[in-house]
Amino acid sequence: MITALVHPIEKFVRSERLPHIWCSGCGMGMIFNAFAKAIEELNIDPKKVVIVSGIGCSGRASGYWAYDGFHTTHGRPIPFAMGLKLARPDLHVVVISGDGDLLAIGGNHFIHAARRNVDILVILVNNFNYGMTGGQVGPTTPEGVRTTTTPYGNYTEPPFNAVWLAAASGAVYVARWTVYHLRNLTESIKTAFQMKGFRVIEVISTCPTDFGRRNALPDPLDNLRYLKENAVYVKNPDPREADIVWGKKFIIGEFVKIEGKESFDDRIRRLIEIAQKELRRSDLQ
Amino acid sequence: MMNLVGEVKPGMYFWSGNDAIAEAAIFAGCRFYAGYPITPSNEIAERLSWRLPQVGGIFVQMEDEIASIVSIIGASWGGLKSMTATSGPGFSLMQENIGLAVMMEVPIVIVDVQRAGPSTGIPTMIGMGDVQQAKWGSHGPYEIIALSPSTVQEAFDLTIMAFNLSEKFRTPVIILADEGISHMYEKVVVPDPRDVIIINRKLAKDPNGYLSYKADDDLVPPMAPVGEGFRIQSTGLTHDERGYPSADPEVQNVLVRRLLDKIRKRKHEIIDYRMYKCEDADIVVVSYGSAARSAKSAVDMARKEGIKVGFLQLKTIWPFPDEVIFELAKKVKKFIVAEINEGQITREVERASKGRSEVFWVGNYGGRWIFPEEVLGKILEVK
Ligand code: SF4
Repeated sequence: MITALVHPIEKFVRSERLPHIWCSGCGMGMIFNAFAKAIEELNIDPKKVVIVSGIGCSGRASGYWAYDGFHTTHGRPIPFAMGLKLARPDLHVVVISGDGDLLAIGGNHFIHAARRNVDILVILVNNFNYGMTGGQVGPTTPEGVRTTTTPYGNYTEPPFNAVWLAAASGAVYVARWTVYHLRNLTESIKTAFQMKGFRVIEVISTCPTDFGRRNALPDPLDNLRYLKENAVYVKNPDPREADIVWGKKFIIGEFVKIEGKESFDDRIRRLIEIAQKELRRSDLQ
Repeated sequence: MMNLVGEVKPGMYFWSGNDAIAEAAIFAGCRFYAGYPITPSNEIAERLSWRLPQVGGIFVQMEDEIASIVSIIGASWGGLKSMTATSGPGFSLMQENIGLAVMMEVPIVIVDVQRAGPSTGIPTMIGMGDVQQAKWGSHGPYEIIALSPSTVQEAFDLTIMAFNLSEKFRTPVIILADEGISHMYEKVVVPDPRDVIIINRKLAKDPNGYLSYKADDDLVPPMAPVGEGFRIQSTGLTHDERGYPSADPEVQNVLVRRLLDKIRKRKHEIIDYRMYKCEDADIVVVSYGSAARSAKSAVDMARKEGIKVGFLQLKTIWPFPDEVIFELAKKVKKFIVAEINEGQITREVERASKGRSEVFWVGNYGGRWIFPEEVLGKILEVK
């Protein structure tokens, strides 16, 4: 008897689109998998999950999952997601995009959506460089490393601490994991899904093709090993200590978890109630 | 002015052009506005921040114009008729994502209250220099719809038309207003809603076998509601009928052809204009927006002098009414185009008349109105 083997996340994937564009050894596949697993374990209706992405390697994720997917312009998935979520508060709106997309060209939207506490989950895939365009320096590239536009090493572009940026701007959930810590990542996505407000999960990913190759990690496994050896889990860590220095240990964990802060959507609904009440009152006068 | 659910009551109002645009948007069903402060468009945002919540709509003041246009694209996907308003500098910032709305085929309305440019120019004074930008501002080949009001009543009427066209064609529609019309107060008649046709987008009904970009015979694909299992795929990348990205030039060809054709082949459903005393005219003055008011006065003045001159007011700027101009060009000897820019529509009239008539420009580069006497002077000069 022959049984067809079906991958457990098959139903969440547009199999007809495979093979995907990601390089072998890219961290994206693992994030992709962890996300689908989280949705499955939470028993969420996949119809109600919407993926919005920007431009870049990770931006392509919206096209491979079988959820409704919107692949927007470079840096703009967050305002797109905000508009969609405000129009359809019943949906789970998830932004998945890269560090360049969300923190460089889209940096303004990132901090303002956090300030407003827009009710979306942002999965920030940090691979330390611009993979899609050939490996240029980005807003999270650690100092000293080589990229195609820092051929002498990155001496000029100090990186953002994305965790602290998100926390300081008002996010209600901020966590960081790596693609080596998939179980934690899946659990963290589940936690974030059950919260309301602006939630950010930074996932340190691997880009052996562009980043690893130029920084003595040409083998995909060495990239993973680097993350395994340098990521240190800390309970209730301080966002200010989440800097990433190349070759040194860095912190992973749940940095921020605030319950009960009013989301932007709720504020908008409250405003509508106030306006309508006033309208009725003024009509009586 | 409003009933208990916030709808404006039919009747007569004294509004500015910006007020009229805001009220017409609500009248047409707009329930989401996102924008960034910029003169001379601010009264639209201010009025909508007051009025939209009354009708259960959403107003958001965004961090910039890019976020503004992108969030209305997202909200329109979410099922709400959506609008933003801006002026030249903000309109420039929006161009990339006008292309996204064209490519994703999302109904949105963008109001550009033109002021004197280039760059920061004179923020508080009239200009009409964004006309060609409205057509070509985003990269790549595409067609756009743009309408231009010349009175406050038209600001109201054309805003409703803008929403209707955007819903019907699943495309962004631009309202090319200008500081003159936007800050002018005039009488506006708000009709009974039962007398106005409001068009809503064609919705996909069956998720089974649904393809995000498979168009019907009218070249417009039905739009799927998000979150209902349609497995929508939408991208700014060149895509096939499934919405899946492709780098195949043939896929590009088929897609772009359809995006162009859905507007070009149905131009007659879009083009609106007003012809005045053109039957026996030797000269026709063509104008639009605020400039059209002076042009019309000049034509009346010239008629009093016995000059056979007519007036053509363009309400639809894009797609350009080539055929209307060409038919006139067969009869009239000369066109004069009155506009507050360096001749952006003058060159369209030249192109569309295919050498059959001489075409002249009268206007200035922005910062002030065109006076009727200036247009009259041009008529006397070329007659
Ligand atoms: S370039 Fe890097 S990030 Fe992009 S797919 Fe390849 S490995 Fe992944």
